[in-house]
Amino acid sequence: MSLLELEAVTAIYGATPALFGVDLTIGEGEVIALMGRNGMGKSTTIKVICRLLKNPEGRVTFAGEDIANLPAHRAARRGIGLVPEGRRCFPNLTVGENLIASARPGEWDLGKVHGLFPRLKERSDQMAASLSGGEQQMLSIGRALMTNPRLLILDEATEGLAPVVRQEIWTAIATLKRQTGLSILVVDKSIAELRQIADGVVILERGSSVWQGGIADLSADVKDRYLGV
Amino acid sequence: MLRESTLNIVIASLLLLVPVAALFLDEPFFITLATKVAILALAAVGLNLALGQGGLVSFGHATFFGVGGYSMGILASHAQSFTPLMEVPFLIEGTNSMPVIWLVAMIASALVALVVGALSLRTSGVYFIMVTLAFGQMFYYFTISWPAYGGEDGLSIYVRNQFPGLNTLDPIQFFGICYVILMLALLFVSRLNNSPFGLALAGARQNTERAQTVGINTYRLRLVAFVISGAITGLAGALFADLNRFVSPTMFSWHTSGEIMIFIILGGVARLYGPVAGAALFIVLEHYLGGLSEYWHIYLGAILLFVVLFAHGGLIGTLSKKERRHA
Repeated sequence: MSLLELEAVTAIYGATPALFGVDLTIGEGEVIALMGRNGMGKSTTIKVICRLLKNPEGRVTFAGEDIANLPAHRAARRGIGLVPEGRRCFPNLTVGENLIASARPGEWDLGKVHGLFPRLKERSDQMAASLSGGEQQMLSIGRALMTNPRLLILDEATEGLAPVVRQEIWTAIATLKRQTGLSILVVDKSIAELRQIADGVVILERGSSVWQGGIADLSADVKDRYLGV
Repeated sequence: MLRESTLNIVIASLLLLVPVAALFLDEPFFITLATKVAILALAAVGLNLALGQGGLVSFGHATFFGVGGYSMGILASHAQSFTPLMEVPFLIEGTNSMPVIWLVAMIASALVALVVGALSLRTSGVYFIMVTLAFGQMFYYFTISWPAYGGEDGLSIYVRNQFPGLNTLDPIQFFGICYVILMLALLFVSRLNNSPFGLALAGARQNTERAQTVGINTYRLRLVAFVISGAITGLAGALFADLNRFVSPTMFSWHTSGEIMIFIILGGVARLYGPVAGAALFIVLEHYLGGLSEYWHIYLGAILLFVVLFAHGGLIGTLSKKERRHA
């Protein structure tokens, strides 16, 4: 059964129409990569799913429920956990406080997050603003996990990080997939790394979903046409 | 440089030592001054929860200060004239018992804060400031035109209210009551700020959208904080009325809201002891500069300008230099 389903979603971002028909399905335990060049609607699609964009048209269902008009905090409580682009922790809370402030009851707690990212335990009393980029990204993922999501959304999780740190983040995501069966929607550009974890790919082009399939099926032609690689 | 926690202990000790020394030196005036500091600090502790932790710039906390004051005034005036407050549908008598008055003051101001908060928190920024200010002014003009309780002239209470086992007319004993309440309020707020509730409130201030995407209902969270904040300031209002044995519409005026906010800015926004340090500094300045010139507010304005421009963490921030937590 599918966990998240977007059907013919259109949305206006500010005063500009940004989505013209996005179809996207994520099953339980499935990892889907959302791809496309810059400005093609990836972030807007995520805003629609997380309910940060008001009044989209079309169908948005999560676990069988229509969530198109839910307030953002309710969507989060239903089980949609977002790791936002640009990380954005609460800068003036400590690492530990960032995690505690986001906690919702469930399997994921401080101990389990520390198990996945031991670095967050070491830095527990440090202000989030003083962390390195990679550590902030770990905190951001940890914070999303503390909400005990059923679907984890990673928006450009490795953008702007050093290669070693990127690999660390990808390894953690792969571990999550292997050990928890969490559904994941990941936005990223690096096909090589997505191959390790993604089951399927959805490509957006000018606000519409234009290609769906397995990551192995990405032909040179598709990559050239939609991804510019 | 001092650690902030050490500095807090120093401030708490000073506030206790000054009136005790004044008692032995037979200078009761300084005991009253210290009592005033404790009560105004309590009012600002209330606002600091909304303003510092929650980032809610309420320019209407005089509303709750006044509601607390009038709760005391109305109950005590009926006790003093031996007339019931209400007979139908059931009998409510006045009272001169402090604990009862405190409870009524806190409940009344919490209820008013619930209404003010429910409406004002739908807005933000300048609009939030204006809506809270408007409520304060509404109460101000209402009490001015409410002859039953003194109207513009206010309401005098001839005898201070009673606390079981204490002589509240003895300045040092009344100071003791106010000091203990202030300390309890500080303990409560400090626990609250470090609880998941307080952390979520600070998180919502730093980034509302982010807080919502981790499942925090920012509207309800802020409303609860605003209500607690109003109740604390309301309790301070009841004590302030008891200190002066007088309530008047001035308690509701926007000057009062402004002064409560000035305490926090002087002392340090979002610092636990910021309101205490700020209220103490304000009262000391008022006493000494006010002795020099009737226009002492000019000097106060200059000091405030200096703090805002050069000493962001206020008195506490400047003396402790510790990283601003939660701010």
